Amino acid sequence: MVARSKKKRQPSGLNVVIPGRSAKRFYGHGIPGVDLRQLNGKLIVVEGADGSGRSTQTNKLVEWLEGGGHATVQVGLKRSTLVSEELQQAQEGNILSRTTLSLFYATDFADQLENLIIPALKAGSIVIADRYIYTLMARDLVRGMDMDWLRNVYDIALRPDAVFYLQTSPETLVQRNFAKKQALDYWESGMDLGLSRDMFDSFLKYQSLLVEQFLRLKEIYKFNIVDANQPVEKIQKLLRRRITSVLRK
Amino acid sequence: MNKTFGELGFPGRLIAVEGLDGSGKSTQIYLLKRWLELTGLKVYFSEWNSSQLVKSATSKGKKRTLLTPTTFSLIHATDFADRYERQLVPLLRAGYLVLCDRYAYTAFARDVVRGCPPDWVRQLYSFAAKPDVTFFFNARLEVSLARILDGRPQLKYFEAGMDLNLSNDIQESFRVFQGRMLEQYLAMSSEYKFTIMDANEGVEEQQALVRKLVTDKIDLDSFAAGS
Repeated sequence: MVARSKKKRQPSGLNVVIPGRSAKRFYGHGIPGVDLRQLNGKLIVVEGADGSGRSTQTNKLVEWLEGGGHATVQVGLKRSTLVSEELQQAQEGNILSRTTLSLFYATDFADQLENLIIPALKAGSIVIADRYIYTLMARDLVRGMDMDWLRNVYDIALRPDAVFYLQTSPETLVQRNFAKKQALDYWESGMDLGLSRDMFDSFLKYQSLLVEQFLRLKEIYKFNIVDANQPVEKIQKLLRRRITSVLRK
Repeated sequence: MNKTFGELGFPGRLIAVEGLDGSGKSTQIYLLKRWLELTGLKVYFSEWNSSQLVKSATSKGKKRTLLTPTTFSLIHATDFADRYERQLVPLLRAGYLVLCDRYAYTAFARDVVRGCPPDWVRQLYSFAAKPDVTFFFNARLEVSLARILDGRPQLKYFEAGMDLNLSNDIQESFRVFQGRMLEQYLAMSSEYKFTIMDANEGVEEQQALVRKLVTDKIDLDSFAAGS
């Protein structure tokens, strides 16, 4: 027999936090015809390399937010109806030059922004973006694209309510990638750049170059850097604390 | 897009034609191409929206009307970038005469009519150099409309600007859309030094002038095949 306390316990989740309605803004001119006053939801971005624990953290965030009574929508890169298949094919053939690749990704992003993110925010949902424009920009910057040109392209983007960049050392990333798939990804290793014919070397070099560019972007776009070498739970706790204060705004 | 290929030191030269649907520009550039080829010059012809790679996404987007002004603009810029980096630039470096049926100016006109900010669109294409010669085929609006509409065509949704809700009637939408395009073209013609052709003239008169102007502006002898 399990002894039950006679006192009626209050189940958690009864106190649903009603998010504040801070105004949304675009980075530049944005998307023609969008009324920003209608975007009542919140946009939270988690950035970081493969192996930084990004997916683990976003999945946990979604669980926590839903548990807290918030309608939550998860978005990511290369998931648009419009171009994701073609983008995949083109990458497999590795035949895209850098400007083309950059614009193709921008198209994919714009399609999701207009058809997923904006409608979800209009419906008052919390949107958790598993990567956003900063990853796209950092990759392009490493490939020598011009910062002003990229900033113009992404003038269409909405300013997130919070951006967290999970920063990990390239050495840790290698270990986590091997632990997960026993192989390094061609693109995540930056093999198209010819940094090294050795994939392991190339991965380390490419990931350090990406970190450099992320830090450059941080100065412009002001995002939070999270030390992703910490334990999963500790990071999650920190994210939840920050997001809680974002929700109140 | 500040300098021409010539000014940037490319051995090749790029000639572009612009104008409304039905302005006769495609006929003229085709005849120019045939002449240059038959003269034995190194010529390459490239059409707007023709990169194989991007085509499947564009046609899917158009068929299922998934495109918004922003994605319409970006996907055409992707197509252009692919042709530009993989074909146009290498050929121009190899000393080819490259002929383009439409160039970035088509986007400058069309995307702006769709509501994208002019500066944003121009900056998107800023990686590309300016054509060495741009012919703009300026026909009276009614003339180019008649050339398209008299054939009782199956106008396509985006081609007629139906996404802009100008009219429920596709032909009427096409008229208004083309009229706005023409305004945009004319507004940029002096900024980009278009060579304006009177497209109300006959085919042969125009072609004679095109050939003469090309000969004046480009030293054609240096483009002989095998050189």
